[in-house]
Parts: sequence; C-alpha cells; structure tokens
Amino acid sequence: MVDILIYIAAAVTGIAFLFALYRFLKGPTAADRVVAFDTMTLVTVVFIVIIALAEGRGIYLDVAVIYALLSFLGVIAVARYLERGL
Amino acid sequence: MTIGGIIGGILMLSGAAFLFLAGLGLVRMPDLFNRLQAGTKATTLGTLLTLAGAACLRPDWAVKLLLIGLFILFTNPISSQVLARAAHRTGTPQAAGTVDRLAEDREKRP
Repeated sequence: MVDILIYIAAAVTGIAFLFALYRFLKGPTAADRVVAFDTMTLVTVVFIVIIALAEGRGIYLDVAVIYALLSFLGVIAVARYLERGL
Repeated sequence: MTIGGIIGGILMLSGAAFLFLAGLGLVRMPDLFNRLQAGTKATTLGTLLTLAGAACLRPDWAVKLLLIGLFILFTNPISSQVLARAAHRTGTPQAAGTVDRLAEDREKRP
C-alpha cells in the first residue's frame, strides 16, 4: 500500500520535472531558464529521496544533501553573472 | 499498515501535488517574476512536505532528512531573491498591467 503511494508520488513529481524542462528549453530570457533549473534541482532532490525510500538505502540521502548544495551555488553564480557582478 | 505509514503517504502525496502545481505555474505564468514566485515558493513547500512524509515512513532517517529540509528552507529564498534582483536590474520585460513601484522610485531618486 505504501509502495503504491510512493510510486504515485514519483509519477506526479516526474510530471512536474517535465513541465520545468519545457520552460528550461523554451524560456524567453536567461533568467527564466535559471528559474526552471532551480525547480528541476529541487524536484530531483525529492526524486532522490523517493528512490532512497523505494530501495531502502539511507546512503542516497547524502547524495541529496550534496546535490542541494551544488544547485544553490550554481543558481547564485549564474544570477551574479547576469547582474554583471561576478 | 501503521499510522505512521498512512500519515507519511498522505504527506508525500500532498508534497508531490505541490511540486506538480509549481511546474504548472512555471508553464502557465505570463512573465519572469510570476514564474519565479510559482517556481520557488511552491517547490519549497512541496519539498518540505515530501521530506516530512519520508521521515514518517522511515523514522531512523529523520535527522538526515531534517538536515536537507533546513538547508532547503535557508537557501531557497536566498537564491530566488538574488535571481529576482538580477532580473529586475537588467530590465527583464514584465507582463502588461504590472505596477513597478521600485522602478518608479529609481527614476525619482537616481
């Protein structure tokens, strides 16, 4: 029962990732693409947690921590570059 | 089926629903600032709800999940604010009917 709920959550999250990917590919300005990238990385963090639940391996949560850290640094760097402050 | 499993499943499904709504807002909203609001606030709430649901399903992972949740809660508003400031300063086009008090203030006091 819980497994089915986890799979439904993974499917809905995957649809959200596809929406963000559409905006990433189409976005009129560079900042739109950065927003879509930020959303995609958060969705990916959630997806890593769901995979860790489905596989039952807690070591994957460390991957989620590092991924969140790197995505934060990437968004800050690109935003500073757009502002010509880098 | 335990009570923790039921609560965890409901929390995970609601978090996934918030992530879905964030993606929908990212596609449907008219300009960058509306998309930024949909794409950062809703994903923060969705991620926190999903992490809480995972912590209900596996209580022995609760500390690590709390660490991820705190990190996202601290960093996501910072990144969205920096991005919005950069977009406003470089003159990103806005939707029709936008009232921009910040730009009016800038013109008044250069």
